[in-house]
Amino acid sequence: MGKKSTRKAKKYWLDSKSNIDKIWYALIVLCLISVCADFFYHKHIEYKVEDLIVGMYGWYGFLGCVFLVLASKVLRILLMRPETFYDEVKDE
Amino acid sequence: MSEFPPGLILVLGALVIPFLKGSIRNLFMIILPVFGLLGLLAIEDGYTFTINILGLQLTPVRVDRLSLLFGYIFHIAAIISIIYAFHLRDTVQQIAALMYAGTAIGGIFAGDLVSLFVYWEGTAISSVFLIWSSNTHESFKTGMRYLLIQVGSGVLLLAGTILYYKQSGTIVFNKFELTEIGPILIFVAFGIKAAFPLLHNWLQDAYPQATVTGTVFLSAFTTKLAIYALARGFPGTELLIWIGAIMTAFPIFYAVIENDLRRVLAYSLNNQLGFMVVGVGIGTELSLNGTAAHAFSHILYKALLFMSMGAVLYRTGTIKGSELGGLYKSMPYTTGLCIIGAASISAFPLFSGFISKSLIITATAVEGYWGVWLVLLFASAGVFHHSGIKIPYFAFFQHDSGKRPEEAPLNMLIAMSLAAFLCIAVGVYPQALYNILPYEVNFQPYTTTHVVTQLQLLLFSALAFGWLMRSGLYPPELKSTNLDFDWSYRYFIPRLLEKLVSIIVLIDRKLREYLLKMTNNFIAEIRRYYGAGSWFSDTTSIGNSATLLVGFLVAIIIITWVF
Repeated sequence: MGKKSTRKAKKYWLDSKSNIDKIWYALIVLCLISVCADFFYHKHIEYKVEDLIVGMYGWYGFLGCVFLVLASKVLRILLMRPETFYDEVKDE
Repeated sequence: MSEFPPGLILVLGALVIPFLKGSIRNLFMIILPVFGLLGLLAIEDGYTFTINILGLQLTPVRVDRLSLLFGYIFHIAAIISIIYAFHLRDTVQQIAALMYAGTAIGGIFAGDLVSLFVYWEGTAISSVFLIWSSNTHESFKTGMRYLLIQVGSGVLLLAGTILYYKQSGTIVFNKFELTEIGPILIFVAFGIKAAFPLLHNWLQDAYPQATVTGTVFLSAFTTKLAIYALARGFPGTELLIWIGAIMTAFPIFYAVIENDLRRVLAYSLNNQLGFMVVGVGIGTELSLNGTAAHAFSHILYKALLFMSMGAVLYRTGTIKGSELGGLYKSMPYTTGLCIIGAASISAFPLFSGFISKSLIITATAVEGYWGVWLVLLFASAGVFHHSGIKIPYFAFFQHDSGKRPEEAPLNMLIAMSLAAFLCIAVGVYPQALYNILPYEVNFQPYTTTHVVTQLQLLLFSALAFGWLMRSGLYPPELKSTNLDFDWSYRYFIPRLLEKLVSIIVLIDRKLREYLLKMTNNFIAEIRRYYGAGSWFSDTTSIGNSATLLVGFLVAIIIITWVF
């Protein structure tokens, strides 16, 4: 139990905002590297669209996810009900 | 040993459970699937076991490469799940789990539709106890719905079997053509269990309601039995490509806004099934290999994810994203293992999802289904987004919830480590899995193109997540119920029926009132002539009566006399 209280007091690497920023910038750098990698190999493709612009898959993933999340936000307006929605139906 | 029908050892073993106590019982439970797996390794490809019952040729055991692969992974899943549930002292759940795993394995090896039906219903009836064992009012209701739908699927399978038998004179379970009514019913029965769009709600309803350990069992067997059945019965059915494509995309929107993290996993399970269904629909050797391989790796990483979320639920008592966060501080191992599962489902290179999903996606591209191919890529990015990032992020990181639960129990950590090890092993050395696939594999997952394009897709998905989070656009986790298609039968249809009944009651009442009024009027009329004080009911003297009577008789005599 004594271990637990020391644990609570312990400062974690992720607790600092600047470290989270470091992860964020590292991710951006990784993304850039993955796009630059496109220049250094011959891409085997089935469809022309795969090589339309550099880092096509990256663009697709990025826009796909942004669309996914924003569309879900809209869906939430339509579909979200209180947590007890089905319980209330039962109690009536 | 090899003559022993696969799965039976678990079903029979379940009957011994009540006579064993404590840890001995749990050890016994682990030994059963280990023996089952050894038996399966000894069994020969092509072995069949047939019996004649009432003139019907049954084939309870049919072994080929497809059934063997599913047999192996079902046994592995059973071993891992039982280790995960090692701390459990609950006879009902233990019997149910063994019966469930046993019947699911039996179903994989069923060579005819009647045997399949028996196992099909067996999985339904045994697994519902894993939901009911949560012992809440909610889980009871959910279990009832689950049972109704699962048994309903079995009834459809039986009806389809009977019609198919009448039409073709055989009950052998092989490839069907989707033209006659029999195979169509069978198709729908498989579709319910495989959670086709609009038939899917039992899954997201039931899995989050089951017990911590029950969900791990549930995640492995039912839906993958259905995928196997589709791969056996309907390979190359083009309809499945479109159904599968919808399945990959449709649930992920729900996964983004869902707060219950086990339900998020249920939605992503549904999405992963979509990939397998597409593979069945394309029906080439490459795509069917993809479906089988993906089922194999999927069972492992899905179990791993459900186990890690189960551990969180077990330690904190909640699994809602809105109440969790910062758990990595006190549950570092569970966090790490969860991330391995997340990387696997997201198909990061060197993890299991990468080497299995790329078979299906490549098959889609090769066969020229470019629209489906785009949807699958979108779904791949999406699954990383909601399963790969959202699950670990909301449970273990995000803002600190202040919760400092203990690390998961040792048996849970062992089970999760086993699954994690296999996820990485399959990813690093895919040939081991490729060697046991139904068809020969001429596929190289680790080409520069595959690796770089996949990394681009995933890294930029992560970038999107980061950007949406930092800009505050990302929808926060909220306590909520999100309406899905089950709204129709949990809300709309009951309401509609209520309305209909009230209308019928109203019509009935009006009709009765009208008839009553008519009857009353009639009675009043009668009373007017025959009632007290009316002309007919008037009393009169005997003399008058006699005169009247005599006069009447005389009149009759005269009339008859004259004519």
